[in-house]
Amino acid sequence: MEGMTAPPDDCLARNEWICGAYLSSRREILRDAVLQHLHLTVVSVLVALVVAVPLAVAARRLRWAAGPVLGLTTVLYTIPSLAMFSLLLPVYGLSATLVIAGLALYSLTLLVRNILAGLRAVPEETRQAARGMGYGPVRLLLAVELPLALPTAMAGLRIATVSAVSLATIGAIVGFGGLGNLIYSGMNTYFKAQVLTASVLCVVIAVAADLLLLFVQRLLTPWTRRGGRPGRAGPRRAPAPPKPAESAEPTGPTEPAQRTEPVA
Amino acid sequence: MTTLGAAWEWLTSAAHWSGGDGVAHRLAEHLYLTGVCLALSCAVALPVALVLGHLGRGGALAVNLANAGRAVPTFAVLVLLLLSPIGGWGSWPTVIALVLFAVPPLLTNGYTGMRGVDRDVVRAARGMGMTGRQLLLRVELPLALPLVLTGVRIAAVQLVATATVAALAGGGGLGRIITAGFNTASTPQVIAGAFLVAGLALLVEGAFALVQRFASAHPGGGTG
Repeated sequence: MEGMTAPPDDCLARNEWICGAYLSSRREILRDAVLQHLHLTVVSVLVALVVAVPLAVAARRLRWAAGPVLGLTTVLYTIPSLAMFSLLLPVYGLSATLVIAGLALYSLTLLVRNILAGLRAVPEETRQAARGMGYGPVRLLLAVELPLALPTAMAGLRIATVSAVSLATIGAIVGFGGLGNLIYSGMNTYFKAQVLTASVLCVVIAVAADLLLLFVQRLLTPWTRRGGRPGRAGPRRAPAPPKPAESAEPTGPTEPAQRTEPVA
Repeated sequence: MTTLGAAWEWLTSAAHWSGGDGVAHRLAEHLYLTGVCLALSCAVALPVALVLGHLGRGGALAVNLANAGRAVPTFAVLVLLLLSPIGGWGSWPTVIALVLFAVPPLLTNGYTGMRGVDRDVVRAARGMGMTGRQLLLRVELPLALPLVLTGVRIAAVQLVATATVAALAGGGGLGRIITAGFNTASTPQVIAGAFLVAGLALLVEGAFALVQRFASAHPGGGTG
């Protein structure tokens, strides 16, 4: 590789972990990898979100649907990422779509569970009050239930996004792993600076995405803050859903995160 | 589905089950790695979780560890360890990476379980003159057991998954069947390996779910 042309007393030549010369000489490679990483993550989470909301609402409305939906999400979430991507190989081939589909399936399971938990946590009295005020089922869902489920749903979205950023690296097995590609090739060439830089960038993206979503959550749910400004026609005096404590329900690997509010 | 047929053929062919690269050996490697690392992580994390939960300290640590465990890619940690001086110590990089990712769920669930014990029960036990140790072992631990076991189940499934990723970084286990399939562009082998890995993960999940149900259905188990 380019290491051959580097001056002998260069941090690249010495294969150091931290290397400024790596950052400046591979700027394009790093930028492309970051962009691919963001693309994989953002698209997969958005696809999952679009599918998860109706699925969770359906599971809430149709009692019989909740069991199968939760069971399926547990099964999906239990499948290790490498196996998940492999199982999608006959469908999508070696493509970015394969990685996006795999990541979307994981995000979907997290989102469906959290949105459903949020919807279930809406107090019955609140629902009855809305009905008493003449709210139809659609308005009840859009103006009361979904806004009240938002904090729990957003917690799920944050976990899903952070997990997607981390799991996208496994996409390197099919050549579409964003920063994972750099980690993979860095491993094969024993390139320390590349592996460390790509790993750190992964964590930075995950933390930045988490903080961004936390900010969005604060904007969307002003009523959960103490002394929040009077909101629009929204359920602003709603009982702020306390940290979803559904410890009775045995659920999959994401349980603790749902129980304890993630701290950035 | 011809791909599924080919994968099934791969799985049922006796030649693929024997030898160093065979399914039997890879499965044994996977189980051994998972089992050893689960024992190690429980030995490290559970005492810490129980004592911290008993004392009511370090909650932020337990939560932040879980978040960090999610944000840091397992693959990155595996490769970083592999390229570090530890990389020369045989399978230690894999073991360390696996333990690192199994500890957070154990710690978080153990801690949450201990803190979730009804404070009135704790006060009653103290009022009966129980010492801290008696309180921990005879009151808090049995009541926290369902969540502690949830943590063990999550850790076990996590270990099966991380052990699979370890194959990407040159480790053994069932993931090796998948990576070898990718290297030789053999889709049937990739699918066969994926089925084996997914099946093992689901089996482990199911087995621990059964253990949990058994533990909470029997006296001294859960709160019921």
